[in-house]
Amino acid sequence: MSNLTLMMALLALMAIAYQLGLVRTRQVAGQHPTQRMHSRPHHYGVMVGLWAVLPAFFVFLLWSWGSPWAIQQLLTAQLPDAITQDPQELRVALRRIGNLAANFGVVSEAADWELQAAAFLRDTRQLSNGLMLALMAAVASAGMLYSYRTITPLHRARNQIEKVVKTALVLCSTVAILTTIGIVLSMVGESLRFFSFVSPMDFFFGTTWNPRFSTSGVGEGSLTGDQGSFGMLPLLAGTFMIACIAMLVAIPLGLLAAIYLAEYASPKLRATAKPIIEVLAGIPTIVYGFFALVTVGPFLSEMGETLGLDIRATSALTAGVVMGIMIIPFISSLSDDIITQVPKSLRDGSLGLGATKSETIRKVVLPAALPGIVGAILLAASRAIGETMIVVLAAGNSPSLTANPFEAVSTMTVTIVNQLTGDNDFSSPQSLVAFALGLTLFVITLLLNVVALVIVRKYREQYE
Amino acid sequence: MTTLTEKAPAQPAKSAVQQKVAASLARRHRQETLFRFTGLTAVMISLALVALLFINIFSKGLPAFWQASITLDIHFDPAILQISDKPVQQRGESDNAFRERDLAWRSEVGMINFNRIISDALMQVLPDADQHRRQVLRMVTSGERFALRDMVIDDPSIIGQTRRLNLLTDANVDVWLKGNIDRSLPDHQQQLSPIVRQWADELYASGVIQNRFSFALFMNPDSRSSLASAGLAGAFMGSLFMMLIVMLLAVPMGVAAAIYLEEFAPRNKITDLVEVNINNLAAVPSIVFGLLGASVFIGWFNLPMSAPVVGGLVLSLMTLPTVIIATRSTLKAIPPSIRQAALGLGASKMQTIFHHVLPLAIPGILTASILGVAQALGEAAPLLLIGMKSFVASVPATPFEQSTALPVQIFLWQGNELRNFFEARTSAAIIVLLTMMISLNGLAIWLRKKFERRW
Repeated sequence: MSNLTLMMALLALMAIAYQLGLVRTRQVAGQHPTQRMHSRPHHYGVMVGLWAVLPAFFVFLLWSWGSPWAIQQLLTAQLPDAITQDPQELRVALRRIGNLAANFGVVSEAADWELQAAAFLRDTRQLSNGLMLALMAAVASAGMLYSYRTITPLHRARNQIEKVVKTALVLCSTVAILTTIGIVLSMVGESLRFFSFVSPMDFFFGTTWNPRFSTSGVGEGSLTGDQGSFGMLPLLAGTFMIACIAMLVAIPLGLLAAIYLAEYASPKLRATAKPIIEVLAGIPTIVYGFFALVTVGPFLSEMGETLGLDIRATSALTAGVVMGIMIIPFISSLSDDIITQVPKSLRDGSLGLGATKSETIRKVVLPAALPGIVGAILLAASRAIGETMIVVLAAGNSPSLTANPFEAVSTMTVTIVNQLTGDNDFSSPQSLVAFALGLTLFVITLLLNVVALVIVRKYREQYE
Repeated sequence: MTTLTEKAPAQPAKSAVQQKVAASLARRHRQETLFRFTGLTAVMISLALVALLFINIFSKGLPAFWQASITLDIHFDPAILQISDKPVQQRGESDNAFRERDLAWRSEVGMINFNRIISDALMQVLPDADQHRRQVLRMVTSGERFALRDMVIDDPSIIGQTRRLNLLTDANVDVWLKGNIDRSLPDHQQQLSPIVRQWADELYASGVIQNRFSFALFMNPDSRSSLASAGLAGAFMGSLFMMLIVMLLAVPMGVAAAIYLEEFAPRNKITDLVEVNINNLAAVPSIVFGLLGASVFIGWFNLPMSAPVVGGLVLSLMTLPTVIIATRSTLKAIPPSIRQAALGLGASKMQTIFHHVLPLAIPGILTASILGVAQALGEAAPLLLIGMKSFVASVPATPFEQSTALPVQIFLWQGNELRNFFEARTSAAIIVLLTMMISLNGLAIWLRKKFERRW
């Protein structure tokens, strides 16, 4: 029986249990004409349904989680000693037996002991499945029977259901935490594996990025020779250069647009212009990447030619400019919110003393809003550092340490994509380095976000 | 009088300030105008950038929705199509036996040289075709022979008949006719031989080749051998599956988490931590979620690579914070008086929330979930890391099959060697993606407008 049918069966069981509970409640209510039932009939129905299904479901979860491991232990005990000794050989043997048991073919003739083990595996799996079904049925009927008998006028069915619902709500809100833990654990784990090949010093402070394609790993701390070198600095420099160019484009445009829309624009202009600018935030980044590659890059390159500059079509400048366009709405809408939050009394005071509107904005409103705007800029910067598709398409992917924005560069995100989508073995340092880069990226953006959120929060409290 | 004389010396002092003010006034007003003008320029530049982006993509992509196709009288020649009868399930025959016979028959049909049927039809319309036999098939894209094969498999009675069909021309013919390649380039830089270019121009002039709406773009999966018939169907299904998974996972979970955090959670350190964590998660780069998917879902849980189910899980985790934050702000906006009224009448906390607060929050929650799904739809970076970059030439039927997604398809197409053809086709794919996103966002705005209630 597949898991899907099993789930359907559980749902059907729940429906039946619900009906039973409902009928029973009416009976009980009839037997106690003077007493009011604590909960509504459907509460009792749902309660019986939950008692029938939830424990059985937990049995299912535990069994599916534990049984493969237990079966493997039993199977390993069956195998000849010569094979169980070597972990590598054991893994190969287990995979072959698994394939045999599932009636897939295996390479070369299967040995007798393998066939036996496969038959054993098949039988044990069947047995385990049967046991699980039996146990589930037992638990389900026990739960149903128990809850069926607890239906009395005084029994608080609704409170029980509410407890279950509340637990479910709590579980859902822990998913976000679990995600963070998952991110940190998986990346730290893989990064540690990477650092067993390459020393952290060479990774964080190396100035050459040349991972090669070999799957044989790198030698003892050697950064030269025919082994790959994994110096992160060129990538970090490329990342920050592109982010800086993006901020140079986005901060003036975004901030000035926000000031104009918040302070000067007529309500009509504001109502049309604001959503249109925010459209920029909703456009998929791959679209910006394509735009940079086929339009902005050639345009900048041509413009450079007329100015006598050598600008590559795919360069830090191209990626940075387009990323800046993408970031404009982040800065403009956050700053707009913050500027409109500055109390009117500050403006009135300044205007009353005879300052012009622009003086009021520059000398009173902006200083008051500054912390919030800095927060917005930091959030936008973290977005720029983590952006992937634009740089994959438009930055040129050339991991060299250069200060020239007209040259092709590479960033951490581009390298993560390249290293994980190439033909490298997943456990080679060439692939694992992606996780070390990802961890670095995660830490950088996390720091930026935390600082930004703290600043924004402080600022909000100030005027609330 | 003394007061007057005393006042008199005060006069010039005041006017000194006034003079100073008056002297600076012109400069200050100039500054004011300049500042205002700069602000307006910034707004205008931003608006112009939006316009530029859209005009650019649309002007490139719209022509690609119409593709050059050639109208031919295809004769299903019995001399070429020598095949046995289509098998029919006999009474008493087992399903397996029938399927085997059917497969054998299909492979028999597959062995037929359908290219000869196409080239025979082409010979009739192309002048001097006899002298350039080898060039004839360069006119039609190679995938059309499979279209003919499928027609025969569907209905073998077609053999012996002549049908007038529209076949897609080769991608290079399309490029040539649309002028997407410099026509003055010397022969050795052209993709097509001189005779094929001449044929294309002649047939286009005589109306045998026309630009017709390209259903292939929507109905076909991706293709590498027959570029002109490469389509978005596979990517579209992949994206659809992932959006479904996001809707089924991220939306209920996000709403549940938001309800707990907003309505039940005690104000303490742990709740604070969860809140900070969610805010940070919303700002984590999307590619990090891709790494998570690669190491956890594929590495530990052994889920299949390139499958929409993994993509859907990764995108769900990515959109979860967005949904939570938006739902919380919706719940926050519902006035406490609603809750107090329900509680005052004896409803339990749970009843208050599920019977009274949640129904009022539904428009906001819907808007939040639609925006979350739209965000997931446009995301490409994490999908690259879980193997969706690989070329898949079929339409997935379940979320566990290999597939790609719309943004990833755009990424794959922009890298195709036949730049002249795929620049337009990629733009067309972008238009499809943008249309989907804009309709989703439009739906969200419409819902908000329709059900918005100010308390």
